[in-house]
Amino acid sequence: MKTVDLQKQSVRELNQALHDQVAECTEREWVVTEPKGAHNIACGLDQNLTVDIQGHAGYYCAGMNKKAHITVHGNVGQGVAENMMSGVVRVKGDASQAAGATAHGGLLVIEGNAGARCGISMKGVDIVVKGSVGHMSCFMGQAGNLVVCGDAGDALGDSLYEVHIYVKGSVKSLGADCVEKEMRPEHLSELSELLNRAGVEEDPAAFKRYGSARQLYNFKVDNASAY
Amino acid sequence: MCGIVGLYLKNKALESELGALFTPMLIAMTDRGPDSAGFAIYGDEVPADWVKLTLRHPDINYDWEILAGRIKEAFAAPVEWFSNNKVAVFKVQASAEQLEPFIAEQAPEVLVLSAGRSIEILKEVGLPADIAKTFNLPGMQGSHIIGHTRMATESAVTMEGSHPFSTGEDLCLVHNGSLSNHNRLRLELQREGIRFETENDSEVAAGYLTWRLKQGDTLGEALEHALKDLDGFFTFAIGTRNGFAVMRDPIACKPAVLAETDDYVAMASEYQALTTLPGIENAKVWEPEPATLYVWERDQ
Repeated sequence: MKTVDLQKQSVRELNQALHDQVAECTEREWVVTEPKGAHNIACGLDQNLTVDIQGHAGYYCAGMNKKAHITVHGNVGQGVAENMMSGVVRVKGDASQAAGATAHGGLLVIEGNAGARCGISMKGVDIVVKGSVGHMSCFMGQAGNLVVCGDAGDALGDSLYEVHIYVKGSVKSLGADCVEKEMRPEHLSELSELLNRAGVEEDPAAFKRYGSARQLYNFKVDNASAY
Repeated sequence: MCGIVGLYLKNKALESELGALFTPMLIAMTDRGPDSAGFAIYGDEVPADWVKLTLRHPDINYDWEILAGRIKEAFAAPVEWFSNNKVAVFKVQASAEQLEPFIAEQAPEVLVLSAGRSIEILKEVGLPADIAKTFNLPGMQGSHIIGHTRMATESAVTMEGSHPFSTGEDLCLVHNGSLSNHNRLRLELQREGIRFETENDSEVAAGYLTWRLKQGDTLGEALEHALKDLDGFFTFAIGTRNGFAVMRDPIACKPAVLAETDDYVAMASEYQALTTLPGIENAKVWEPEPATLYVWERDQ
C-alpha cells in the first residue's frame, strides 16, 4: 500500500504516479491523505487500482476513470466521475452538481445526496444515490441506470433518451418527455442487481420507474426526411 | 468566476481572531479571483445615535484630520477616526443622511464605502494576499465578515468595481455570477432614486436590495423578490449588522459550500477555502439548495 499526502505532494505528482501504473504496475493499493478539497484528484486512471481518498475532494474527482476503484471518505465537488468509462467510484458523503456527467460505463455510488444535474447526459454509467438528487438530474441521459433511494428535484429526466430511472421517494416534477413507467419483472431484477452491486439495502418493490415517452422531435421518424 | 467567502462567529470568544481565521479563506480563493479583493467586517459597534463611515481617498497621505475638524465644527458633535492605508473609519454622533451630503460637499474626492453602526468595507485592486496585508486583515476583530475575490467579467477592474457593495446602512453584498438584465434594471432603479457609481452588474443587485428594503421589505422578502427580478446566475453572501445570509439562484450553477460547528458558520465558493478553520474535520459541511435563503443572526 502506498500513501500520498497531498499537503506534501501535488495533485499532479499523485496523478502522474497513478498513470505510471499503466506501463508497469508496481502498487495496486493507494491511499490519499489530506486532500483538503483539491480539484482533479485521481483523474484519468487506466489501471486496476484501488484508491482511498481520506477527506473531502474538490471538482472532477475520479474523472475519466477506467478500471480503478476509487473511494472518497468525504464530500466531492462538482463533476465527480465525469466521463467515467469503467471501474467503481464511491462517495461516502455528498456530491455537488453534475455527478457522473457524460459517463459511459462503470458504477458510481453516492452514499449521501447528489446536487443538481446528477447524471447529466449519461451514456451508459450506472449511478446509485442513497440520498436525494437535485434538479435537472439525468438531463438528456442516453444510456445506463440512475437509482435514487431518496427524492428527486425538479425536471427529472428532461429530454431523456434511454436511461432507466428508479426513484424510491418523491419526484418534485418530471422534465419534458419523462414519464412514469410500469415496473415489470425484468426491471425489478435489474434494480435488485444494481442495489446489490452498490451494497445498498433497499426493497426494489418500493421504487417507481421513469423513462422517456419518446415523443420529442428526435424520436419522430417523419423528421428523418429533414436529412 | 469570482470567489466569495464568509465567516460568522457563534462563539464570542473567537472574535479577537476573526481576521486571522478569515485571511487564509480569502487567500484560498485567489485562483477564482486575482483581479481585486475586498471584505466587509462587522464589529466595534457605535451607539444607536452614532454612525460609522468607511471613507476612501485616492491619496494615501490625505489629511483626514482636516475633514474630521470640519465635521466636528459643523455638527457640534464628537468625532473619532483612524486611518488604514487609503481608507479611514469615522465615528460621528450624527446620522448618515446628514453626514454623507456634507462629506460630498466638503471633500468630493472622498468615497463613502460603507455606513452603519458596525460595518467597515475595505477593498482594493490586486491579489487577495496583498490586500489582506495592506489592511492588516489578520489583526482585525469582529463578529462576522464576508469577502470577495474578483475575476472581472461585466465591468472594468477598478477599486469602485470591487466587492463588497454596500446596500444601505450595515448591509452589503458579495456576488459570484453574472446578471443579464442589469442595464435595464439599473435604469429602472435610477428612476426610483437609487444611485450607482459603476457599470457593474453586482452593484445593481446591491442597489436592488436597497430599493426593496426602502419599500419596507425585510431582508428575506427583498431576497424573495430578487429571485423573481434578477435574471442571471448568482450566489450571494449578504452581511447585516447582526448576521449573514446566503442565497443561490434557482439554476444554481455557481458553487457554494457551507460549514457549521458550535463555534461558527462559514461559507465559501469552494471547500478549499474552509480547510484552515479549526474543527473543520468534524463540521457539518453541505451545499446550499437552489433558490433557498439561509440566514444566521445573533440576538440584538
